[in-house]
This record gives sequence, structure tokens and C-alpha cells, in this order.
Amino acid sequence: MTVEKKAGAKRPAPLKKPRAAKVAAKKQPTWDVSDIDAWGPDRHELGATIIEAGNSVFNETGGWRSEVPKIDSEKCDGCMLCYFYCPDASIIIENNRAVGIDLEHCKGCGICAKECPTDAIIMMVDEKE
Amino acid sequence: MATTEREIMAVTGNEAVAEAMGQIDPDVVCAYPITPQTEVVQLYAQMVADGKVTSEFVTVESEHSAMSAVIGSAAGGARTMTATSSQGFALMWEVLFIAASYRLPIVMTTVNRALSGPINIHCDHSDTMGGRDTGWIQLYGENHQEAYDNCIMSVRIAESMDIRTPTMHMYDGYVISGAIGPLQMLTKEQVQTFIGPYHATNPMLDTKNPVTVGPFDGLHGWYFEHKVSQNRAMDRALTVIRDVADEYAELSGRHYGLLDEYRLEDAEVAIVVVGSTAGTTRMTVDKLRSRGVKAGMVRVRAFRPFPHAAYAKALEHVKVVGVMDRADSFGAQGGPVFLEVRAALYDSDPRPQVLPFIYGLGGRDIFPDNIEQAFAVLQKAAQSKKPTSTERRYLNLRED
Repeated sequence: MTVEKKAGAKRPAPLKKPRAAKVAAKKQPTWDVSDIDAWGPDRHELGATIIEAGNSVFNETGGWRSEVPKIDSEKCDGCMLCYFYCPDASIIIENNRAVGIDLEHCKGCGICAKECPTDAIIMMVDEKE
Repeated sequence: MATTEREIMAVTGNEAVAEAMGQIDPDVVCAYPITPQTEVVQLYAQMVADGKVTSEFVTVESEHSAMSAVIGSAAGGARTMTATSSQGFALMWEVLFIAASYRLPIVMTTVNRALSGPINIHCDHSDTMGGRDTGWIQLYGENHQEAYDNCIMSVRIAESMDIRTPTMHMYDGYVISGAIGPLQMLTKEQVQTFIGPYHATNPMLDTKNPVTVGPFDGLHGWYFEHKVSQNRAMDRALTVIRDVADEYAELSGRHYGLLDEYRLEDAEVAIVVVGSTAGTTRMTVDKLRSRGVKAGMVRVRAFRPFPHAAYAKALEHVKVVGVMDRADSFGAQGGPVFLEVRAALYDSDPRPQVLPFIYGLGGRDIFPDNIEQAFAVLQKAAQSKKPTSTERRYLNLRED
């Protein structure tokens, strides 16, 4: 895709709320799996089907991460490759630029950094507090 | 409906099943041709091309793809069928488990043929016997008529909301698939009324209610619970198979049980057999009965689920039971049917002796004389005071 670059475009302010929290605030799951650890064979959906779309937002996979992507938005030319390649939909895009990472879901796989043609994304050791 | 008034046609087994599929007219058929099933797929493709059915016919590049495509189709929400044999069945292997664990009501015709090697295209049951633990329901047919009837009943069995489990039905390659035999058909309207409209569960093409089919079970997931759920459905399938057969009998006048008993009431010796050889065995039983031998027979129809209690009830009064397997389980105590029957009779008191016979591998002929030889072994064992060896006995094997 081509992205028209506007001179002097305003950089977006960083997101205040992580995406999952935003989604969760908007929509609570209707399929109650809160006690799924206690489910026996007859309570599961046929064929292990997940009957509610979008609930992986509640499954936070950020804890698996050992490396974390750092985005230099100055270098980003808005090609969107990171966005499309990210297996966890964790690239936050605003005004056609990669501006941040959803750290609650980013597993640190590094595909975004590998695909970025302008080296705007690099992988760093994720130093946890 | 007095179907007895309908004409009797002379068809090959494959033609009978292609006609059944035509009357079922599923939404999607994905199949790859393989001897001796080819005729089924070929005739069905012709029906599609001639506009006689409304199915989407998907040609694929292999049986692995055929099974994968029917899984996609069934998960999408379509009534889906396929057919295969032998190596094709073997190539579907890993995907068969997936179809069963997703609980997709796929119906598959499997025409029994030996597995290579040496390369062999003739009948034995090693293909589907090898697939007995895939989680599919397995029904073995005896003749042309039953191949047709089982195909139609399989749709109702697989789609039953009590079990929702894919179902394969089998008949012997060449002996039934290619040879001509009698067939009495229902009308397409009767078949359509019997199978009813298709109800998809959680179809992927319902875009207003998106679902995920086949997800990763998690690191500490529920795989174990899902396997138990499959097995519970298998147990309930015994009732479903029986109920569907009862309803089908009202429609067709032909009744099929979980197993097919013949002259067992006072039998002292009996043979358990699968598929077309049952016809030869029945004839042999009659011949022995005319000589005063109390012989009987059980033909296996449902093999998965295996109705062990029904076998125990049918055979508990028999002194010696011979199980004729047209497949071997190398290194086991006997063939797959032998192992099931012997286990089913373990709790009987007195416990019948159960002896394994292997016959017909790679299409080796089985003659009435061979079955008489098997009965002679059983009679000798019944009269002997010493226990009889349970080593395999091979029928019509070239000995050194």
C-alpha cells in the first residue's frame, strides 16, 4: 500500500490505556469461561470450538516475552508491513504510523523488526521490573 | 411405503453407492479417485456435470487434501461427503483424527482394499481396520444393498445431535465394488425425507457469529476432556445406530442390527466374520446344519463403536467361537476383530473359547471349503478336553 506523507503531520500522543483494557472496557465476554479449569468432558463446546470471537484479547501473552520491539517512529514510513505480519495484532498504528506496541499481547517474536524495511523497529532485551 | 414393489436393479457396489450419494445430494463432495473406489467418484462427478445433483464437487490433488477439504467444508457448515480406499485412506490418516475431534458429521465411503506392499489392489480390511482408533464411526456392509443402505443411514448417524461424529461405511473391494449384484432403491424423495435438512453447528460461514474451529488447546488445556467427550459420544452412538436402523427398516423393509446373527440360538460353534464373506459363511452354516452340526455365525456391522455387550449376549452360550479376520495385527494375539470379540467374552461364565483365523489378505480367495476347515477346527476344539492352541490359523495359505 502507498501512504501519502504529509509534511509536518502531528505525531500522535502515546496511548494512555493499553488496547486490551480498552476492549475489555467496551465489551465483556458473553461466553463465561471464568471457571473453565473445572469443566468436565460434557461441558465443553463440541469439537473444542471457540464460540465467541475476539476473546483472545483477554488472553494476555505478553508474559512470554524475552525481547521487546522498540519503534523509532521518525524512521517509520508507514508501509504497514509490521502491522500485517504481527501474529498478535500488537502493533499500534495511528495516522498510518507505527507508534507503539501492545505489550500485553506482544510475545517478542521479532517478526516486525525482521520485516521493517526502514529499520524503524529493533529488538531489545526486555528488562522487566 | 411398499418398497418391495420397486424394481430390483443389477448394479455394481460402486454404482449402488453413487446412486445413494446422488439421492442424498450433499452440499459438497471433495474426493480423489483410487482403485477400487474410482467408479463412485467418477459416477458422482458425472451426475454433477449433468446437473442431476446440486453438489459442489471439489477435485483435489490427494486424499490428504480431500480429507482436509471436507473438514473445511463441514466446518464451514455444509453437508459433506467423500470416498476413498486403501492407500488413499492411509494418506488421510492424520486428518481423520482432526475430522473426528472437531465433531464434523462427514460421511465417507471406504471401499476396502489391501495396503501395500507388495502392491496389491484387491480386497482386505487392513485399511479401515488400521483406522479403527481415529474416532470415526465404522459400519461394515455385506453386499450391494447394504452398501447403499449404509450410505444413507450414515448421514443420519453422523449428523445426530446426540453424537455428531463422522461416519465411514465400508464394503469389500471388487467382490462388492466391482461385481454386479441386486439393488432395490428408495426414491430420492424418500431419501431426502429420511435424512432431513442439514443443521450445521457453529458454522464458520455464519459471519454474524464468528467462531474459531481447531484452536490450540493451550499449554495446560482440555485435550483429555475432549477425548473423553468423543468416547462418550461413541458409547451413545450404539443407540443412535440402532434407532436409525429401526427407522430405516420402516421405510425400506430392510433391518440392520449392530451385528447380524445367523442360526445362533442353539449353536455350539460359531464364526464371526466381516463383509462379503458372511454370504459364503451363511451357506456353509446351512450345509453343516443339514449334517447335524450346530453351527452359527455373527457378521460384524458396527465395528466402532464395538457393541461388546451385544457380542457377549449373542455368543455366551457358544462353546467355541472362531473369528475370521481379513486384516492382521502383526505381533498381536490375533486380528483386530479377534481381539475385540475375545475381550467381549472375557466376563462370560462359562467363557467360550475364541480362536483366531486370518483369511483373504490381498484378495486371496476364500472358498466354502476353507470355511468348513475353520468350522472343523472349532468342532474339534469343542469336543476336546484339552485346551486348543490360540495360535493364528491361516485359511487358504500356500504352505511350505
